[in-house]
Amino acid sequence: MLASRSWLSRPLRERSTQIFLGVLLAALAVFTLLNLIVPAGHPLHVSTYTVTLLGKYLSFALLAVALDLVWGYLGILSLGHGAFFALGGYAMGMYLMRQIGDRGVYGDPVLPDFMVFLDWDSLPWYWHGFDMAWFALLMVLLAPGLLALVFGFLAFRSRVTGVYLSIITQALTFALMLAFFRNEMGFGGNNGLTDFKELLGYDLRSDATRLGLFLASGLALALGYVLCRAIVASKLGRVSMACRDAEARTRFLGYRVERVQLFVFVVSAMLAGVAGALYVPQVGIINPGEFSPIFSIEVVLWVALGGRGTLYGAVIGALVVNYAKTVFTGVMPEAWLFALGGLFVVVTVLLPKGVAGLLASLRRRRDDDASETPAQGASS
Amino acid sequence: MRTIRSLVQGLLCLIVVSLAAPAALAAPDDDGRALLEALDTDSYAAKGEAVTAIADSGHPQSRVWLEALLDGKLQRQEDGGRFVVVLANRGRHWPVRDALTDEDLGEMSRRDLDRIGINNALRGQLQNTLALLDLRAPAVSARREAARDLLGEVSPSMVEPLNGLVENEADDEVRRLLTQAIAIQRLERGDLEAVEALSGSLNTSVRSALSAAARSDDAALAEAATDALAGIEQKQKLNDGIQTLYFGLSLGSVLVLAAIGLAITFGVMGVINMAHGELIMLGAYTTWGMQQLLPGQPGLALLLSIPAGFLVAALAGIVIERSVIQFLKGRPLETLLATFGVSLILQQLVRTLISPLNRTVVSPEWMSGSLMINEGLSLTLNRLLVLGFALLVFAGLMLVMRRTRLGLEVRAVTQNRAMARSMGIRATRVDILTFALGSGVAGLAGVALSQLTNVGPNLGQNYIIDSFMVVVFGGVGNLWGTLVAGLSLGVINQVLEPWAGAVLAKILVLVFIILFIQKRPRGLFPQKGRAAEG
Repeated sequence: MLASRSWLSRPLRERSTQIFLGVLLAALAVFTLLNLIVPAGHPLHVSTYTVTLLGKYLSFALLAVALDLVWGYLGILSLGHGAFFALGGYAMGMYLMRQIGDRGVYGDPVLPDFMVFLDWDSLPWYWHGFDMAWFALLMVLLAPGLLALVFGFLAFRSRVTGVYLSIITQALTFALMLAFFRNEMGFGGNNGLTDFKELLGYDLRSDATRLGLFLASGLALALGYVLCRAIVASKLGRVSMACRDAEARTRFLGYRVERVQLFVFVVSAMLAGVAGALYVPQVGIINPGEFSPIFSIEVVLWVALGGRGTLYGAVIGALVVNYAKTVFTGVMPEAWLFALGGLFVVVTVLLPKGVAGLLASLRRRRDDDASETPAQGASS
Repeated sequence: MRTIRSLVQGLLCLIVVSLAAPAALAAPDDDGRALLEALDTDSYAAKGEAVTAIADSGHPQSRVWLEALLDGKLQRQEDGGRFVVVLANRGRHWPVRDALTDEDLGEMSRRDLDRIGINNALRGQLQNTLALLDLRAPAVSARREAARDLLGEVSPSMVEPLNGLVENEADDEVRRLLTQAIAIQRLERGDLEAVEALSGSLNTSVRSALSAAARSDDAALAEAATDALAGIEQKQKLNDGIQTLYFGLSLGSVLVLAAIGLAITFGVMGVINMAHGELIMLGAYTTWGMQQLLPGQPGLALLLSIPAGFLVAALAGIVIERSVIQFLKGRPLETLLATFGVSLILQQLVRTLISPLNRTVVSPEWMSGSLMINEGLSLTLNRLLVLGFALLVFAGLMLVMRRTRLGLEVRAVTQNRAMARSMGIRATRVDILTFALGSGVAGLAGVALSQLTNVGPNLGQNYIIDSFMVVVFGGVGNLWGTLVAGLSLGVINQVLEPWAGAVLAKILVLVFIILFIQKRPRGLFPQKGRAAEG
């Protein structure tokens, strides 16, 4: 017990984690206060709409952290993390659908609207249990976790790595997207799941619930970040980085590379699932678009922009890119794809280590100026 | 009233005479007139003889007369005037043509015309006569069509003349169809031997006649018909199989075309080009642009866009290589991200500059239509041509890689870059040329695809994942592998489709590939030796 506590609490003693958590929690507190205390109409007031938008960014940031764990520390570029995100989202969506009860358009006490529309007379077996919150929350973790376990087990066992792995993860999410578009799958087909009413008894449209979801996203991000830091700083994390840098050598040293890969991959998938579960009630819909390969590859861009292998870089990247997306699509929608495409090129060609790398090199230069000896920062 | 009518009539006659005079003077058609005169009688028996006479006369207008007669549109001016063919009998004044000379006579009042009436017996005779006339047409295609139309429509009175026709017919296909048409008629009368003549035919009339016979009271006949039907069923299954295979190969050829350029850039150079799909799109838009430049000549435009599509895509490829890829050498995952960015930019560029909507590319005449193998099997021409084109492109690429200096240099650089450079090969130049070649082939794929699917900004996106699947499935760095993988994935997809549906078939194929990669991580035809461990 003591050992496990020290394992988990170790990151809390790192300076970079302390800074990150400090900034994150301070931001949460500031936005909450600005939303609650400052009256509407005041220039400093943060509307509930903005709070929900920020909550969405935070869930994306958690997804980016999850991706950075496998890409930055395990060397696996997953182009299918959107699939885990969406699975978590669908698990949450199914719970929210069941919560609607007889308040749907057709007023069926059990069946969601789209099933009534499709003339189904009973719930498919996989919809059972989703009326209970604990079961749904378990599924948020288990559905992506199991998929990652099976997929990872097969892939890592046969040593599919590098580009090949990237491409088949992309195929995975593409196949899932096609599958979820089918009405016969029982997940609402094209339209997905929407029209949610309440979560755990709280009205989803009330300001308090929205603020609560924003805070929950922030806390989930903080916890996810600490968990990832803990994994990275542990011995397992060191082995995982060894796999990233020289997979064959690590194997020759006697480490079971595929087990390390599998563990990290599954943890990352579950984190992505949690992010999806937080995302869905805030945007009020989940549809197969979340499975699209483009979304997954966009997530990779967030991490690349922020700087892979730093975790906080992933958060920065997710926030910056999504804020830019909101601004661009509002002001000039045509320019967004140009900007996004340009970002991909610029980041990979000019900023291979992302914003975090840029910050680190600036700091190193400053440290070099201050003292002639090169400093080893806490973040290494 | 009367005076006005006669005035109009007289005026019309004047016009008509002045118009008709030169033709009438040139060739007074007394034989034709005699044939028509024979029709103008009150006796239906005499009319029947007249019809036979007309059919046998071989007069160039005979078909027109008989059809008009059947429709009640062969009429004669009152008081024994000229014979006319009424073009439309609505209203009081009808547009007419002269039956003998086929000249336009303007409009005539319906009151001035007498219809040459027919009865039911005559109607039947006319239908038969017309069918037989078609069967004597000089063009083989017209005879075949007439014979095909006759299946299941033969009346007892036609058997005799048809038998005569069969003996004189030069074309095998027409003879076969006529024999079948007669046999159906014989089968309907319970003739057991007719079954044999019909077995193996895929025509629906033949099959319905046989299934009717299979239900008949005559046990022997029913049994024979059932056997024949079973044989036909068998043949139909074989045909369906061939059809599925054809569609599969066609889909596969599209996959091969889309993937083969990728096999060069990804397989040979190790560059993950996510913008490959957009290079395909550029090829397709080049075809569209070419057709805008050459309106009214879709065939020429299509042929010209083959080199043009190659050049446009190759140039775009060079730009991408110089501006992005050369800085990311040896970092395949970063290349993937950067080229994905390029693909987004290209898509949006097309949306902004041309249109977010699909453009229509016209298919030239020689691409439409289909190749009829037999009644149950016809192959659409455009797919056949794309299949041939894919194989041609493949062969061309094979030649370039195996037989040219460039191919040799590419292979050398792939195997050992440092060694190749020290042997005096300019590796950078080889990189550019290889990438241009792969991109150009993508452009060719676009030209071909413009004939099969919609040309729009999303065209490339739909193919990029499939293309990667094909290359990975076939084995990276192996062109033969790409060919085999593309064609077999196409066929697998088509075989699955009937019982799984299009989308599920695609999902199953994807899952199959994902599992296959687990089993053989380096594809169907893995590279061997030290070069493979790069």
